[in-house]
Amino acid sequence: MRVKQFLLLLGALVVAVPAWAGVAIQHWTTPQGTRVYFVENRDIPMLDVAIDFPAGSRHDTPGKSGLAALTHTMLDQGAGGMSDIVIAQRLADVGAVLGGGFDQDKAGVSLRTLSSARERDAALEVLMAILHKPQFPQAAMQRERARMLAQLRDEDSRPGEVAAKAFYRALYGDQGYGLPVAGTAKGLNKIVRGDLQAWYRMRYRAADAVISVIGDMSRAEAEKLARRIAAGLPQGAPAPAAAPVSPRPPTEKRIAHPSLQSHVLIGQVGMARSDPDYFALYVGNHVLGGSGFDSRMLEEVRQKRGYAYSAYSYFIPMAQPGPLLIGLQTKNEQVEDARKVALETVARFVAEGPTEAELAQARNNLVGGFPLRIDSNKKIMDYLRAIGFHKLPLTYLDDWVKNVESVTLEQIRDAFKRRVDPGALSVVVVGGDAG
Amino acid sequence: MQLGRIALLLITAAMPAAAGVTDTTLDNGLRVIVKEDHRAPVVVSQLWYKAGSMDEHNGATGVAHVLEHMMFKGTGKVPDGQFSKRIAAAGGRENAFTNRDATVYFQQLQKDRLPLSFELEADRMADLQLKEEAFAKEIQVVMEERRLRTEDNPHAVVYEQLMSVAFQAHPYRRPVIGWMDDLQNMRAQDARDWYQRWYAPNNATLVVAGDVDPQEVIALARKEYGRLANKPLPVRKPQDEPPQRGEKRIVVKAPAKQPYVLMIYRAPGLDDADKDVMPWAMQVLAGVLNGNDSARLDKRLVKEQRIAVEAGASYDGISRGPGLFYLDGTPSEGKSAAELEKALRAEIRRIQHAGVSEEELNRVKAQVIAGDVYQRDSVFYQAMQLGELATLGLPLDLLEKRVDKLKAVTADQVRAAARLLTDDRLSVAVLDPLPISASARKPSMEVKHAR
Repeated sequence: MRVKQFLLLLGALVVAVPAWAGVAIQHWTTPQGTRVYFVENRDIPMLDVAIDFPAGSRHDTPGKSGLAALTHTMLDQGAGGMSDIVIAQRLADVGAVLGGGFDQDKAGVSLRTLSSARERDAALEVLMAILHKPQFPQAAMQRERARMLAQLRDEDSRPGEVAAKAFYRALYGDQGYGLPVAGTAKGLNKIVRGDLQAWYRMRYRAADAVISVIGDMSRAEAEKLARRIAAGLPQGAPAPAAAPVSPRPPTEKRIAHPSLQSHVLIGQVGMARSDPDYFALYVGNHVLGGSGFDSRMLEEVRQKRGYAYSAYSYFIPMAQPGPLLIGLQTKNEQVEDARKVALETVARFVAEGPTEAELAQARNNLVGGFPLRIDSNKKIMDYLRAIGFHKLPLTYLDDWVKNVESVTLEQIRDAFKRRVDPGALSVVVVGGDAG
Repeated sequence: MQLGRIALLLITAAMPAAAGVTDTTLDNGLRVIVKEDHRAPVVVSQLWYKAGSMDEHNGATGVAHVLEHMMFKGTGKVPDGQFSKRIAAAGGRENAFTNRDATVYFQQLQKDRLPLSFELEADRMADLQLKEEAFAKEIQVVMEERRLRTEDNPHAVVYEQLMSVAFQAHPYRRPVIGWMDDLQNMRAQDARDWYQRWYAPNNATLVVAGDVDPQEVIALARKEYGRLANKPLPVRKPQDEPPQRGEKRIVVKAPAKQPYVLMIYRAPGLDDADKDVMPWAMQVLAGVLNGNDSARLDKRLVKEQRIAVEAGASYDGISRGPGLFYLDGTPSEGKSAAELEKALRAEIRRIQHAGVSEEELNRVKAQVIAGDVYQRDSVFYQAMQLGELATLGLPLDLLEKRVDKLKAVTADQVRAAARLLTDDRLSVAVLDPLPISASARKPSMEVKHAR
């Protein structure tokens, strides 16, 4: 009776696709080869600009692990004749906010400013200096390195951070995505100022840069802005591509930690952003562990058994195949039971796939929730940056609903069977005694 | 009878409160606030109950938050888990959180699906079925949440311990998530009692923001929530903290790699939205110390003296309880927590003696003005602010007046605010790190607990 009522409700909602114009993305390339993505939006008198480079931690070498992160950190610590403090003051004086965005793939600089001419021009002036003339002062570099080392020490005290690092290393080894995003103490200590300058010249080139702009600005102004950004960046051929991912054999790693909970991370190499199975795996994982209270993982681990506060599974799509990550945290005494439930949940899902009802539920949630994904400039900006960096189609947002809707049960079953091997998952457990 | 009803409706007819905001109260006492924002075809609905951890009693700490978890466990009409399922099926996102002052439930949806949110939320305001079996499992989840957020997080342990020392009488001394022993001894009946006591339309504020018509929202609220009966609420005792008789200090030992220092000053909070000046001066003071990368703590302690790798200041003065001013930081390698504490105190003293410059003041104000524009990008955040003001009994137009209040703060007022940060109002905690490698297991700033 209850089930029937529920299904009826689902039926009623399936067809309700938002009749709402999407996001009009304009795209062009500057003479230097910089790709630009622009959305004009005059609702709020503000402007967001972001510039991304393929300069993330996967391009580090194990010997100088942390060079990518330190270079990125140092961009605004002295530039164009301004000290770190002057840079911060000039931005604060006009209420501008500098942001970043640094991960395994990319290093980014973002700016949010009021669009009124005085504030906007002052903020953009500082942005240009940061992008075009970073000076990497020796003293500031030493300080920032010391702060990064302190951050690494702090992470060592957090079981979740320890587990995440061990997980990436288990999947990818001591290179590429396996290198810690913020580097290692050993690597950071070897870096000299010349390394940063060389890294900047090689990795922050106009030919590799992607500019994203949204807000209170005309197309002509945006073109001018993009030209100016691109012209001042290091010129030259695009940086060499990184070596492709070479997954490691599955492994099990246990690390002792004086914590009450053990953090369990389970996974394998998953998919790239451009993967042809992207939507099948994405929608399928929504059922498996991507949709919180609506997912099997949380249902089995938390709702049915009370083992954990959070339990999830995600494909983390990156430029190269990123991980499938399944995680939970539970008190040390029951870690084996909880881990078993998580593994069984994955295995069952791979073997059987979702049910019709589960797929309908996931589809309704994703399609019906689409307007919430683009209801602010900030959210649209995140999409712009992803579309630009990963060279996704300009119609990505327009096609998103259609792509989700067209995923079939069979496609999900097939994709999970081909791509996920429940018998070959790596497992990392951090907490308690190493056992 | 009929006439009486109409008259009542007229009196409580929706009045504009602030730009784009409609504010009304239903017959049963439910306050309904609607903020129009037509940028995107979406809506957020937040239901604020004026019942947070500060309304708890010893022995049942954490019950406000536990009940929040149990609110998803089914009613007479909507079985366990179906609240979330139905919102998800409508494309919605939903969750809840509990803090010291309130418990808040929210849904974000396409605008035309607001009726579902109201239907489900109104249903569980009065008809929650709090079952033993579901409680037994959920209390385990909450204990795991406490282990995750507090026990295994050294800074959170420091915060929890220091708050319990800074206050002796006021309920802010108790952690929102509750003491572990109280969680272990909590029973379903504790949660039922809490629900019976505080969950009523006359103890709640409904805030709706987004692409909606206020009159339609109010009509819908009347339809779904209007039929719920109000009930007498318990008397709230002030439980004011007695005057502090000198500085308080504690040492907290926990597994960690670096020391940490946290300082909490008791500070004035906002009571009279028209007249109070010090809360705004306190907020500017926090901005001068920590509002941007060139603010004093970053500039002097991190960049120039390099005594800290992180240093922060913040002010929390808009709350039901007393105002608080926080300083905290992690010393650089080779520096001690004591040295950093001394440096933090020196920064306060400098402002007490020499004040702040016009340049610094203007910088903070520029950020306030810009921040006021940027916040329009988030409908959810706007609803949060309205819900908070309403729950605190502050006028809603403070949302706009706030900027003028902050702009009016003078350098002298900032100095006067700094002078309120005296040793006799201070409580200090120092984290003494225990080794990570050894298996020394020790018990252990979490103000908010999402479900």
